[in-house]
Amino acid sequence: MAANGQIKIFTLKIDGKDVSARSDQTVLQVCRENEFFIPTLCHLEGLSNIGACRLCMVEVAGQRKLLPACTTMVSEAMEVTTTNDKLAHYRKMTLELIFSERNHTCSVCVSNNHCELQFLSQKLGINHIRVPYRFPKFAVDASHPYFILDHNRCILCTRCVRVCDEIEGAHVWDVSGRGIQAKVITELNQPWGSADTCTQCGKCVNVCPVGALSEKGRSVAENTKRSGFLPYLTARRKEKI
Amino acid sequence: MTLEELQEIKAGEELARSQKKKSIHVCVAAGCMSQNAEAVLNTIEGQLKEKGLAKEIDVKGVGCMGLCAAGPLVSIEPENRMFQEINPANAFLVTDNLEKGKKTTNDLASDSPFFKRQYKIVTENCGVINPERIEEYIAFDGYLGLYTVLHDLDQNEVVQNLIKSGLRGRGGGGYPTGLKWSTVAKAVGSKKYVICNADEGDPGAFMDRSVLESDPHRILEGMAIAAYAIGADEGFIYVRAEYPLAISRLKVAIKQAERKGLLGNNIFGTTFNFTISIRLGAGAFVCGEETALIASIEGGRGTPRPRPPYPAESGLWGKPTLINNVETFANIAPIIRKGADWYASIGTETSKGTKVFALAGQVVNTGLIEVPMGMSLREIIFDIGGGIPGGRKFKAVQTGGPSGGCIPEEFLDIKVDYESLTKLGSIMGSGGMIVMDENSNMVDVARYFMEFCMSESCGKCVPCRVGTAQIYDILTKFAERRATEADLTLLEELCDVVRNTSLCGLGQSSPNPVLSTLKYFKHEYMERIQAEVNQE
Ligand SMILES: Cc1cc2nc3c(=O)[nH]c(=O)nc-3n(C[C@H](O)[C@H](O)[C@H](O)COP(=O)(O)O)c2cc1C
Ligand code: SF4
Ligand code: SF4
Ligand code: FES
Repeated sequence: MAANGQIKIFTLKIDGKDVSARSDQTVLQVCRENEFFIPTLCHLEGLSNIGACRLCMVEVAGQRKLLPACTTMVSEAMEVTTTNDKLAHYRKMTLELIFSERNHTCSVCVSNNHCELQFLSQKLGINHIRVPYRFPKFAVDASHPYFILDHNRCILCTRCVRVCDEIEGAHVWDVSGRGIQAKVITELNQPWGSADTCTQCGKCVNVCPVGALSEKGRSVAENTKRSGFLPYLTARRKEKI
Repeated sequence: MTLEELQEIKAGEELARSQKKKSIHVCVAAGCMSQNAEAVLNTIEGQLKEKGLAKEIDVKGVGCMGLCAAGPLVSIEPENRMFQEINPANAFLVTDNLEKGKKTTNDLASDSPFFKRQYKIVTENCGVINPERIEEYIAFDGYLGLYTVLHDLDQNEVVQNLIKSGLRGRGGGGYPTGLKWSTVAKAVGSKKYVICNADEGDPGAFMDRSVLESDPHRILEGMAIAAYAIGADEGFIYVRAEYPLAISRLKVAIKQAERKGLLGNNIFGTTFNFTISIRLGAGAFVCGEETALIASIEGGRGTPRPRPPYPAESGLWGKPTLINNVETFANIAPIIRKGADWYASIGTETSKGTKVFALAGQVVNTGLIEVPMGMSLREIIFDIGGGIPGGRKFKAVQTGGPSGGCIPEEFLDIKVDYESLTKLGSIMGSGGMIVMDENSNMVDVARYFMEFCMSESCGKCVPCRVGTAQIYDILTKFAERRATEADLTLLEELCDVVRNTSLCGLGQSSPNPVLSTLKYFKHEYMERIQAEVNQE
């Protein structure tokens, strides 16, 4: 970001095409504006970026390492490559790793056909998973009056954690445990239904990219989500200040 | 504090020392302490009293003497006669033999290559001074470096000195220290921080702990010099809570330095102010990663975040922050005192100075050693380490801990520095060095380190969280001889993804033990591929 709030205009090259960008934009934002496709899961417009899912990795000329487009700020004369064989391979492997981690049985999932994970896999041409499934045993928390949390479908994108903290201001959600044992929790690992801090706004449910968070009473394939409210909400808040 | 007062303390210490005929040093660092060194110290004191020698002979607890496996270690100074495995029952071997001559069963040759081949800068005071007395540190020119920079050098001159010295970060990455200081010095902002990374989480590594326990003032002085150079007035030492002795000695040291006006306001009568506080880490390996460490000090969950921005630009509470390792800070005062050219004359073209290693595994002398950069692995393992016990054959040496790799015999003559180890598929890392003999099985070694990375992964990013677990599962199949050719291919692919797409160094370097054993010991993997599949 530019020092002292001064925004500059840069020119950069994305996949060989010249584009312009504001110095406060991320590579991902500029790519999306110019309709370059970059898969993302942890990113959601309106929330802070954390660079966790690693699907948005791109190549930047002169950089030894691949960089996540969602957290990389643009710079003057930057040259970005959004797709090549290596990146495509890494993205596929990353999705396969996500599928292998928990129990993603699409055919019986509330989010079937409304799922960002499913959509990306189709888009990136994943037809079978070579990484062995881990089949962990995870519980379902149905203690909340309106919503259900199914850890079996969670991909740990932490959108729920961020939306609850950054937008709703309730900070009901957090992550506990390390590594493959990590999971999202409500309050201090209490059942969601007993969480006094939960305002029952449902923002977490609407931003969850998969079937981990759903409204009660939805059956297979009925869990449609509305995440478009976020940029609108953040934009309106900025106007007020 | 003034220069005169500093010199007075030094003269006072020297006078006190000259009034004693001899001095008995008992190692009271954690290794020896855990073997009852405190009781040894008390017994020796008691015996001297009985002999009526309490006045002429000084007895003191000192920091690590290096050969931890043979502890508790005791030495008689000034002649540097060393004893090993002293306990309260055989302590008389020391007090009965204060005069030269008679060898005892517990004599330890202090002129053996283990001691003689070392080159001590970072550990120069270890085993020499009482870590709980600031006066002894001052007697060995402690805080003279800080005085020099405050009175004789401007900020840029300090930074230029560091750049000239060629010192590189000892926390693992080997980033040029002078360059890092100059970046933080140039960062915009009136509030800046200095952090000392004492999280030391590599299994088997205890270089930093030993320095903190044996010579804590050296770290405080290094941090204060850094603070002056970059324009900071507040510092933190992030120590793992599993190091209670180091923490207590640091606390004592900070209090002493504050009382003497070496920390606090108007240090050495200048306008320079600097305070240091201690923060405890809860033992997560990943909290040693700088951005996770900063998040942890801020009170958040210790998970790394993508860099840039680097801490130098936006660190603790968003302010420019200098973060260096314990051993890095331990080199600062000597560089200022003896000059950048002196430091740059030690080591190799690209790696200057010395490195402290924790020598462990199948080697005769295990313990802590400090050697000049550029010494060969063979010299370290066979001369200093005394070779492999029981006449067994050397097989490989693992450097760099869970982020490092295994180096086979054919490269033993390589000169150890940052570049040479990286070229071999390992890394310098923080200084763990595990020697393996012919009986060790490289698949198990790789699996051990992968298990460590898997359970220490913070779980934030997909490749590391899931990838390390998948790699571990495949290695288990190899260990149990259930693996197939397809597993080998998948193993290699997974290592590639995890290395190139993980968020932080933990994930990025976690495949190194697997990749290096695949490179040099592939046959051990092949042997474990299911027989029937092999015959197909
Ligand atoms: C997983 C991980 C663990 C680390 N642990 C430590 C540690 O225990 N101590 C340390 O000094 N540096 C550690 N580092 C390196 C730090 O991030 C940082 O680079 C270092 O403290 C900088 O100091 P230096 O320039 O003096 O080496 C670790 C890095 C990673 C990726
Ligand atoms: S519950 Fe949904 S939004 Fe929350 S971390 Fe899991 S997948 Fe992401
Ligand atoms: S590489 Fe591992 S330790 Fe580092 S951020 Fe990712 S999950 Fe956490
Ligand atoms: S969208 Fe960038 S890492 Fe997830």
